[in-house]
Amino acid sequence: MANLKELSSVPEVLASGHRMCAGCGAPIVVRQVLRGAKAPVVVANATGCLEVSTTIYPYTSWNSPFIHTAFECAAASLSGVEAAYNSLKRQGKITEEIKFVAFGGDGGTYDIGLQSLSGAVERGHNMVYVCYDNGAYMNTGIQRSSATPKGAETTTTPVGKTQPGKTERRKDLTKIMIAHDIPYVAQVAPSHWNDLYKKSEKAFSVEGPAFINALAPCPRGWRYDAEDTIEMCRLAVDTCFWPLYEAEYGKITVTYKPRNKKPVTEFLKAQGRFRHLFSPDNEHILEEIQAEVDRQWEELLALERLGLESQEQQE
Amino acid sequence: MASEQKRVAMTGNEAVANGMRQINPDVVAAYPITPQTDIVQFYSSFAADGLVHTEMVTVESEHSAMSATIGASAAGARAMTATSSQGLALMWEMLHIASGYRLPIVMPVVNRALSSPINIHCDHSDTMGALTTGWIHIYSESAQEAYDNLIQAIRIAEHPDVLLPVMVCQDGFITSHGIEIVFLLPDEVVKEFVGEYKPHTSVLDVENPIAVGPLQLQDYYTETKAQEAEAMARAKKVILEVAEEYEKISGRKYGLFEEYKMDDAERVIVVLNSTAGTTKAVVDELRAKGEKVGLLKPRVLRPFPADELVEALSSAKAVAVMDRAETFSTRGGQLFTEIRAAFYESHKRPLMRNYIFGLGGRDTTTREIHRVFKDLDADLERGQVDKLVTHLDVRE
Ligand SMILES: Cc1ncc(C[n+]2csc(CCOP(=O)(O)OP(=O)(O)O)c2C)c(N)n1
Ligand code: SF4
Ligand SMILES: [Mg+2]
Repeated sequence: MANLKELSSVPEVLASGHRMCAGCGAPIVVRQVLRGAKAPVVVANATGCLEVSTTIYPYTSWNSPFIHTAFECAAASLSGVEAAYNSLKRQGKITEEIKFVAFGGDGGTYDIGLQSLSGAVERGHNMVYVCYDNGAYMNTGIQRSSATPKGAETTTTPVGKTQPGKTERRKDLTKIMIAHDIPYVAQVAPSHWNDLYKKSEKAFSVEGPAFINALAPCPRGWRYDAEDTIEMCRLAVDTCFWPLYEAEYGKITVTYKPRNKKPVTEFLKAQGRFRHLFSPDNEHILEEIQAEVDRQWEELLALERLGLESQEQQE
Repeated sequence: MASEQKRVAMTGNEAVANGMRQINPDVVAAYPITPQTDIVQFYSSFAADGLVHTEMVTVESEHSAMSATIGASAAGARAMTATSSQGLALMWEMLHIASGYRLPIVMPVVNRALSSPINIHCDHSDTMGALTTGWIHIYSESAQEAYDNLIQAIRIAEHPDVLLPVMVCQDGFITSHGIEIVFLLPDEVVKEFVGEYKPHTSVLDVENPIAVGPLQLQDYYTETKAQEAEAMARAKKVILEVAEEYEKISGRKYGLFEEYKMDDAERVIVVLNSTAGTTKAVVDELRAKGEKVGLLKPRVLRPFPADELVEALSSAKAVAVMDRAETFSTRGGQLFTEIRAAFYESHKRPLMRNYIFGLGGRDTTTREIHRVFKDLDADLERGQVDKLVTHLDVRE
């Protein structure tokens, strides 16, 4: 268990002065994750808010080498960097230990970049891919992605006379990544910084690909006050909307179980994007959302038990 | 002194794969597509047998092939990939990023028609669509030329005055799968010719971190693109210098284009790649009968050698530019349009017409080439071309 004093003495890779909005969850995720690297990193970034706001030529906020190529291919581009590293290391042209990490938004990861991410982890590149999930295409003005929660209003799922925001459920990317049977997958939120730090340390220390899905609230898109970002994370975790867990070679451990699981409405009502759900007409949607959160949470606990049982049988 | 060379019977793909083996890049990221697939397969077996030190990245798409090649190149590796047709089309977004980042990536392209209709055979619709991507374009008539051009491309791309990616094109099936006699240089000679790659920056240099791919808006984008265009202009001289050096090791001569029996030629065909070989046979036949015909075969399309082409074609009386791809402008193919535009300032303008030919692998034989020369003859008699753009060999 690390303490805050130790963690705050780790040199920052992402410098202050970047142009992300006040209260943006993404840079908090980046800074927390990179504390676990323990070696020089090369950072890849998919097109999105983080990229456009941290590398505005002739400036860069990154104290590490950085590469951005396009929207859907951060994983593929970084896999090329890692392949070059392996080749040059084998030839004795490089000796130092370097870690490789990619950051992509939910659009760049759940949607347009899913294929290149899936390909890269299947090939087994030694790299960590971090999705900062703010639940929409924020950079282009808050359009829905497959990570947008059901019921949320976005600019492409507006609340209209016949449509109550997004009607589809969100994709469970963390589970999809676990299904790749890679060394390490984790779901994190920056409110639980110590949990996040431990998971990041693990992700960087395994041999082979690791995936971290990080909740990264966006005050503009979610419509809450900038100072409440960490509170949004806490509500997401305590309502089990965003469970904290990890999977080591598929074996699931839930790393945080709220003592009192809060109703999901606590998370929803704090944000403008769900305001319309609280009109009497939409009560059934709230019920559906609660039922889905409950089902997924129970399923996750069952998967954890299953892993434990099969471990006991083996022992 | 040209070196002792191995005379072998090989397909174009095999020749290119062997060229790659001799170049021995640090990283190859590739994805299969007919008719390029052989290159990846041959190369994979070279890697599996430990004949190269290459790290193979067997990606899940061509978009990722180019993305990974870009990543590897930005990391200071000599990085290559290869593709055809739909694969090149899928890479399109990344082609601009490779050139914009000034990465000296070399990519063999085996020309194949683009869908739709889906077709696996040769035409040039794939690379003609990529002429505006900031890549140097080099075209090859034969397996020998594809091999020679590939080796020269490394030196061109990596030259400090250039630093641009290069695609080296050959005709799908006709060249890629046809067996020809090829002279391979000794491995050590190629190794020495391409030299050790010394990148000026790398994202693996953690002591001197750089940011590759930042956002440039109205304030800088223009300068970046203008510099890229200047590098493309400088490439012309470098291409010729590299060719001269290559001639010393190989005995084979290369320029911006090849002129075949052009000295007193009145009727000239301009055509790329394998069809130039067919045209040479017809030129020989007609010359034997005393007809003043010739061939001009462009080798380099980017940078476009406009002045040199005008100079070479201005003593002709009638020119047929043959394009193996449509542009749908209704005013002719890419090669035609560019050559014709190059003559705008010239006072000596030959009659000039365009043929769109060989689409989707439609065989273009000496019969069609004879017809083109005959059309030019009639044009000369008439004093004007009877049709600006003709689709050659179309069933009514
Ligand atoms: C191929 C391609 N399609 C679309 C875009 C436009 N675009 C840039 S960023 C972006 C949204 C990014 O969303 P996300 O990945 O969630 O990151 P965020 O902006 O939310 O941080 C889109 C649609 C693009 N750059 N490239
Ligand atoms: S729009 Fe949202 S995600 Fe983008 S920088 Fe602002 S707070 Fe962050
Ligand atoms: Mg997003």
